[in-house]
Amino acid sequence: MRSKVTLARLARNPQARYGLLALVLLLALAYIGPFLGPYDWTDKDFMAFLSPPSADHWWGTTQIGQDVYAVTLRGMQKSIVIGFLVALVSTGLAALVGAAAGYFGGWVDKALMWGADLLLVLPSFLIIAIISPRLKGGSWLWFVLLLALFSWMITSRVVRSMTLSLREREFVLAARYMGIPGWKIILRHIVPNLSSLLIIDATINVSGAIIGEAALSFFGFGIQPPDVSLGTLIAAGSSKVTGYPWLFLFPAGLLVLLVLSVNLIGDGLRDALDPGSTK
Amino acid sequence: MGAYLLKRLISNVLLVAIAASMAYFLAATSLNPRAKYEGRQPPVAEAIVDATLDDYNLNDKTPVFERYVTWASGVVTGDLGKTWDGKSVNDEMGRRIGVSLRLLLIGTIVGCVVGVTVGAYAAVKQYRLSDRVIGVSAFVIMAVPVFVLATMLTLVAVGINDTLGFTLLEYTGEYNPALSGWDQFTNRLNHLILPTISLALGQIAFYSRIQRNMMLDVLGQDFVRTARAKGLSRRTALFKHALRTSLVPAATYFAFAFGTLLTGATFTEKIFGWHGMGAWLVDSIHSHDTNAVAAVSLFAAVCVLVAGFLSDLIVAALDPRVRVS
Repeated sequence: MRSKVTLARLARNPQARYGLLALVLLLALAYIGPFLGPYDWTDKDFMAFLSPPSADHWWGTTQIGQDVYAVTLRGMQKSIVIGFLVALVSTGLAALVGAAAGYFGGWVDKALMWGADLLLVLPSFLIIAIISPRLKGGSWLWFVLLLALFSWMITSRVVRSMTLSLREREFVLAARYMGIPGWKIILRHIVPNLSSLLIIDATINVSGAIIGEAALSFFGFGIQPPDVSLGTLIAAGSSKVTGYPWLFLFPAGLLVLLVLSVNLIGDGLRDALDPGSTK
Repeated sequence: MGAYLLKRLISNVLLVAIAASMAYFLAATSLNPRAKYEGRQPPVAEAIVDATLDDYNLNDKTPVFERYVTWASGVVTGDLGKTWDGKSVNDEMGRRIGVSLRLLLIGTIVGCVVGVTVGAYAAVKQYRLSDRVIGVSAFVIMAVPVFVLATMLTLVAVGINDTLGFTLLEYTGEYNPALSGWDQFTNRLNHLILPTISLALGQIAFYSRIQRNMMLDVLGQDFVRTARAKGLSRRTALFKHALRTSLVPAATYFAFAFGTLLTGATFTEKIFGWHGMGAWLVDSIHSHDTNAVAAVSLFAAVCVLVAGFLSDLIVAALDPRVRVS
């Protein structure tokens, strides 16, 4: 019932509609687009170095003859996967830690929130920057975990304070008096009741993670070659931006569009899930 | 109040100490300053490298805990150690904080003031065309990461300079050392234009959204209507009663943003070639400079906590309800 109302509201919200449409188009470009282009992302055209966009190379070529169209879409796939994975892990972590801290209280609460404070104080950029290049040869999934590890703290505080009030509600008390263990109450009763907050948070985290990945890769601390992501492409392009702008403009433009469409959806969701909303 | 502040201070100092120590251990175990000396032509004898590294407390042959004790006892007395090539970290940090402050002061103030003004204006003109234009542009700007924005600005500057045939907009460095006096001052201002735009634009978008929401909340409340009803002009009611009350969140964010930007303006500093604290964060890792990395982390942690503390003080100063309780 509730999800139906939410969906109906979402469908009526123009922001969310445009956002979803843009995101679907971008996903299609990232995953179907490579099959339409004439070159593969590993191909190197030794007859065309740094050539501007043309009929043959739609978005131009790089200094080693790679087709910018193919490489950029390949990088976009990686950025999208990283964005969604980081959002999933970090929102999940925020929900579990925040709910546990709020529900159990006492020393569990103190220890968890102190840990969150510590992670907030630690310069996350610096720590990821030191660790991640040393994971060379390791999987990029480590990088996803690192990004997620440093992005759940603030949401977990919000979850904790909402859990504090949920804890005293009748359905939670009833479950507790029936002898259901705490972790089960958290998973079955508390986290589902925070779903609207968590959905919004996860959406915002997607765009945050895409930007975070690009930011770290910009200095060579993120995705390591031969893998490419929008961040590594933007980094490579920005050093040549004055002479060969297509190297920078295509990945940067796609990054902005991606973030913009996710943010639009997030904003629309916020309106649709808000019970006080009149729309 | 005093007991609360003391308790908070102790917990903050503890957090800073732990954060800095963890950063030190991480940097000391994974960075390799020795690589800076090895592989030189002509090759340097290992004994000499060891002696030099020992001197700077960077030798990876010394157990990491021993190095940590040496470092920590120095930090307690206010000595942050030496960089990989033997300069004092304290001097370097002092210089770089100066650079960052010169860059940030104007950028954050412009960002906050313009953002709040734009947001308040949009709230007063709710649902009119100007409100919608402001809202959409803020939304778009917030989706543009600062490194894309900064690179676009250099692209535009190069384009303008090329079409004019002379350098109208400077886009690298802090000033031209060849100039002096008044010329140097205007040259410094010219160098500030693009970095300031790149810093301020995102903040303007951010503050305008917060301020619009807060202002809308306040505008609907009874005390603004009362102010109008007792005969105040619309302008006075808006400025003295509505704007002042709705400033609290923007002010808290301002303190926080300033603190975190001291090390967080990394992209702006790197792209425009300013050698401030943010650029040091990246440079120190690239140059395997353990003590500098630890110093930057220490500084960043102190900044975050001081900023949090300051923003609490600002709320207390602006909001009478907090002050009384």
